[in-house]
Amino acid sequence: MTSLGGVTLKTLTVSVVTPDGPVLEDTYEMVSLKAENGELGILPGHIPLVAPLAISAVRLKRDSGEEKLAINGGFLEVRPEKVTILAQSAEKPQDIDVNRAEAAKKRAEDRLQSKDDHIDRLRAELALRRATNRLDVAQTR
Amino acid sequence: MASLRDIKKRIDSTSKMKKITKAMEMVSASKMNKAEQNAKSFVPYSEKMQEVVASIAKHTDATHPMLQSREVKKVGYIAITADSGLAGAYNANILRKLNNTIQENHTSTDEYTVIAIGRMAVDFCKKRGLPVARSITGLPDQPSFANVKDLASETVQMFTDEEIDKLVIIYNHYVSAISQVVTTNQLLPIEAVDTTTGTSSQYEYEPSEEQILEVLLPQYAESLIYGALLDAKASEHAARMTAMRSASDNASDLIDGLTLSFNRARQAAITQEITEIIGGASALE
Repeated sequence: MTSLGGVTLKTLTVSVVTPDGPVLEDTYEMVSLKAENGELGILPGHIPLVAPLAISAVRLKRDSGEEKLAINGGFLEVRPEKVTILAQSAEKPQDIDVNRAEAAKKRAEDRLQSKDDHIDRLRAELALRRATNRLDVAQTR
Repeated sequence: MASLRDIKKRIDSTSKMKKITKAMEMVSASKMNKAEQNAKSFVPYSEKMQEVVASIAKHTDATHPMLQSREVKKVGYIAITADSGLAGAYNANILRKLNNTIQENHTSTDEYTVIAIGRMAVDFCKKRGLPVARSITGLPDQPSFANVKDLASETVQMFTDEEIDKLVIIYNHYVSAISQVVTTNQLLPIEAVDTTTGTSSQYEYEPSEEQILEVLLPQYAESLIYGALLDAKASEHAARMTAMRSASDNASDLIDGLTLSFNRARQAAITQEITEIIGGASALE
C-alpha cells in the first residue's frame, strides 16, 4: 500500500519469472497486458485468473511512472494481490539487444518474402513478431 | 632398473600432467557452482508452472492428449550426455542405461527413437546404429532456455503429431558434488501431476480450460526438458571435477613412487661409485 495525498492506494505485487530466473518482483498499481484474446487491465482485487499471453509488451504502472517488459510465450496467473507472469523470455528495455532484434527482424522478413516453399511460415511470422515487439519496447527506454 | 634419466623424465611429465588435471579440476569446480546456481534460479519457474498445471488438473475435468496415455507404438528417449569425455563414468552411465532400457523393452528399431543431447550420445547412437530423431551438440556450459527451446519444442511436437507415444528422459541427477544418480523419467504423457501443491483458489480461465491446457502443457513439457538439462549440466561439471581430482591424486601417488625409486637409484649409483673408488684405491696399495 502506498499513500498519496492522504488517500491510500492499493497495490499489487507483480513477479515475472522465466526459465533463466526471476526477472522482476515489485509492487505496482496496475498491470496492463495483452492476452491471446484481447487486452487486459489488472487492478488490485482482481478475481483469480489464468490466461495465455500474446507476444507483446507488458505495461506496469505506478505513481512513479510506467515500466515496460517485452514478453514472449507465456501466461499469467492473477490472484487478488499478486500477479505472476510466467514467460519463456521477458526483457526490460535496457536489456534488449537492439542490433540482434533488428537482424532477426530482417531475417524473418526475408524469409516471409522468399517464394521458397520449404520455409516454415508460421515460425518466421512468430520470429518477426518477437523481433518487432522487442524493438517497440526498446524504443521506450 | 630404469636409468636415472628415464625416471627423471617420467617425474617431469607426470607433474606436468598433474598441473593440467589440477587446472581442469578448478575450472570444473567454478563451472559447477555456476551451473548449480542456474539450476536454482530455474526452480521458481518450474514450481509455479507445476502449481498452475496442478490446480487446473485438480479443479476441472478438461482433458488433453498430453494427459492421457495411449497405446505405445513408438517411444522417444532423450539422452543427455556431455560433449567430451574426461568426466569419469558420467557419459558411460547414461549410455549404458539407454542401451539396457532399449534392449529390455524393444525388439526392433521401429519401436523407438533417440533424441540425443551431447556429442557422446550422438556418436554412440551412430556407432550402434540406433535411430536418432533429433540431436544437439555444442551446448554451452551454462545453457540458457533459448539454446534448447527449438529442440524441446520439436520433441514435444513429435508427441503431439503422434510420431512418438511416450517420451522418456535419461539424465544424471545432481545430488551433491560427489554424487550423481542416473535418473529415468517419463515426461509425456504427463502422468503424475502432484495435485497437493495446487492452490485451493478457484481460477477463472480465459478463454477456456482446454485452450489454457493447449498452451500450458507444451510449455510445461519443454520446461521439464530444460530443467533436466540444467540438472545434467551441474552433474557433468561435478563428475568432471571428481574425475580430475582423482587424476591429480593418482599423479601425486605416481610422483611419490617415482621419486622414491629415483632416490634409490641415485643412492645405488653413489654406492657403486664409492665401491669402485675403494676397489681402485686398495688395488694400488
